[in-house]
Amino acid sequence: MAILQFREALRAAMTEEMLRDDRVFLMGEEVAEYNGAYKVSEGMLEQFGPKRIIDTPISENGFCGLGVGAAMSGLRPIIEFMTFNFSFVAIDQIINNAAKIRYMSGGQFSVPIVFRGANGAAGQLAATHNTSTESIYSTIPGLIVIAPSNPDDAKGLLKSAIRNDNPVIFLESEVMFGMKGEVSDEPDYLIPIGKARIAKEGTDVTIVAHSKSYHIAMRVAERLDAQGYSAEVIDPRTIRPLDIDTIVESIKKTNRCVIIDESNPYASISSEITFQIQDRAFDYLDAPIKRITAKDVPAPYAKNLIEYYMPQEEDAYRACLSVMYAK
Amino acid sequence: MAIAVEMPKMSDTMEEGVLAAWLKEEGQPIAAGDVVAQVETDKATMDLEVYDDGVLLKRVIGEGDAVPIGGLIAILGKEGEDISAILAKYQGGGAAPAPAAAPAAVEEAPAAVAEAPAAAPAASDDSRVKASPLARKLAADHGVNLAGLAGSGPEGRIVKRDVEAAMGGASAPAAASAPAPAAAPAPAETPRPAVQAPAAPVTVPGGTYDAVRISQMRKTIARRLAESKFTNPHFYLTADIDMSEAVAFRGKLNEKAEANGLAKVSFNDLVTKACALGLRQHPWVNASWMEAEGEIRLHHDVHVAIAVAIEDGLVTPVIRNADRKGLSQLAAETRSLAERARNRELQPEDWSGSTFSTSNLGMFGIDEFTAIINPPNACILAIGSIRDVPVVKNGVVVPGKQMKVTLSCDHRVVDGATGAEFLKTVRGYLEDPVTMLL
Repeated sequence: MAILQFREALRAAMTEEMLRDDRVFLMGEEVAEYNGAYKVSEGMLEQFGPKRIIDTPISENGFCGLGVGAAMSGLRPIIEFMTFNFSFVAIDQIINNAAKIRYMSGGQFSVPIVFRGANGAAGQLAATHNTSTESIYSTIPGLIVIAPSNPDDAKGLLKSAIRNDNPVIFLESEVMFGMKGEVSDEPDYLIPIGKARIAKEGTDVTIVAHSKSYHIAMRVAERLDAQGYSAEVIDPRTIRPLDIDTIVESIKKTNRCVIIDESNPYASISSEITFQIQDRAFDYLDAPIKRITAKDVPAPYAKNLIEYYMPQEEDAYRACLSVMYAK
Repeated sequence: MAIAVEMPKMSDTMEEGVLAAWLKEEGQPIAAGDVVAQVETDKATMDLEVYDDGVLLKRVIGEGDAVPIGGLIAILGKEGEDISAILAKYQGGGAAPAPAAAPAAVEEAPAAVAEAPAAAPAASDDSRVKASPLARKLAADHGVNLAGLAGSGPEGRIVKRDVEAAMGGASAPAAASAPAPAAAPAPAETPRPAVQAPAAPVTVPGGTYDAVRISQMRKTIARRLAESKFTNPHFYLTADIDMSEAVAFRGKLNEKAEANGLAKVSFNDLVTKACALGLRQHPWVNASWMEAEGEIRLHHDVHVAIAVAIEDGLVTPVIRNADRKGLSQLAAETRSLAERARNRELQPEDWSGSTFSTSNLGMFGIDEFTAIINPPNACILAIGSIRDVPVVKNGVVVPGKQMKVTLSCDHRVVDGATGAEFLKTVRGYLEDPVTMLL
């Protein structure tokens, strides 16, 4: 086990996969000469050369389309978005081409491509640079959506994503790139896509949270433990396909669920998880499912407002108490 | 298309409304904007306007019936139009029309064990058994009758722990010996009391009584004041105020007021003014404990509510920015609000947003009393009568005019010294009323 930063875990995954398979290449803004806007690809240009670590102009729609074409022609591109907010100018390539060509060609083409980069809010970046995109992309059949919460999952899941023959949206976070954690150094460390992780076992309430929200969930669980309640924390890790079985099994045990999700609330991941739970575990629910999300407005700029906009630990803690009918 | 007329939300605190009187007959043509009925809310009796043209096809509820917000009151449409779809749509909800359904449900219940009460959503608003899905399943699996349980969740929802408690008690042996249904009939059915009983004399062994329907206003008084008294830690500070200067001051003031055609000032108006000025200087008294928000609010404005007794209850209309109003204006506004309160003409904005309250029973000869805080205020002042009593001034017994006031304080916001300093300020104004004009 090595202690790696989140960015180093991502780099290790890409490097290992590029050494293993020469069809894999990385393309995006600043990934080569500048070593990555967030230093994820530091040193990779030197190691793999300019044919496999490719700087692009500021032209997401262009280089995403190029990536889709390369994938259809037998290569395995990794496309880095400086942030997923910029993926919106390339969304036709992602939604209409990457996600649908396998279906529309009757399986004659597959599109083994990974779109990766920072997702969600990262402080005072204002409305257009703070969007959580997981609910937008996971509504599209044909896309796999992954959002790891820690370096170990980041490495194991990115390697699986690169080896997958379907397009994958791989969501990272500016504020997590520096986060350190133990990472497996098994040579072929693959975490299966579509498998949730029970981060903490408990009996009284299930908290479901991915990416940054997972860390709020763990703090809430600690506080609940101190109060004599036992919270189970589940990190879905893959947003689509969702490991609903693990969540439902947990709810059969705890009978209560709180979801923390930094997406905007309307038609979001939390809405979908809530639907699936009531569909499959209605008779096991002892309380309405609660969710803590970003507020239903464009992300504000002011420091106090963006902090308020984000899911609050205190709200999540209270939501857990309320579904347990405690207090 | 027939149009449903639903119970509107007429005040912030309203949860249901009672149809006080129908003003239109079935079959009568109606124009948008017509008042078709009067609705009694927790605060006032208000006109129910409709927003569409048509014929009043059906008066779904009778006078005196209560329906929750959103419940069906009436149906408008074209003459002869089929309204069964609308009636069916609302049937399951809160506004089922026939009170007769209730006894029937009670008789059926023992036959089909736990599910029966839920399947028959009976007449009045809250008689549906509310239980979590898990509680229902547990109850069905173990032959526990949900109708017999008291729910400990919000709004009386029966949750897992309630069913488990019931299982731990009565039904444990049932699992071992008899099949589940046997457990049900015996302890099950004490018929639920009819909350909405009409006011008719009832004879019971040992005497008779009148059963009076609990009005919306009484329900609100019960809910808010019980909540206040049981959750706000009240403490009380009483001061005996020398009102001799105030009596003289008021005499002079009213001579001038009368000469200028202005409203005459009462002692209560003087107290309102003294409190309003005092609140300006003591922001922690002009405050609110906001539990859910996790904060204490120190209000920038001084809005004084005045308790007004009306037939079968009381309301608390608010004098806004009382600290900035002259005595004559305070007097006129108070008179007008009290008058409108007695005529049940107050609108929601007349009674919302207070930051402090007063209650005066001096006119009934009450020397002193304690009042329950009107949430979310932090304090309320209870005002007693002005008494002619001997007082000692400069070592000599002289005739005095004394008035006792008692400040009820919410100790979560106001401490003893804070409340006492506020009362000292109020007393200072009343004992030397000219200072209120400074």
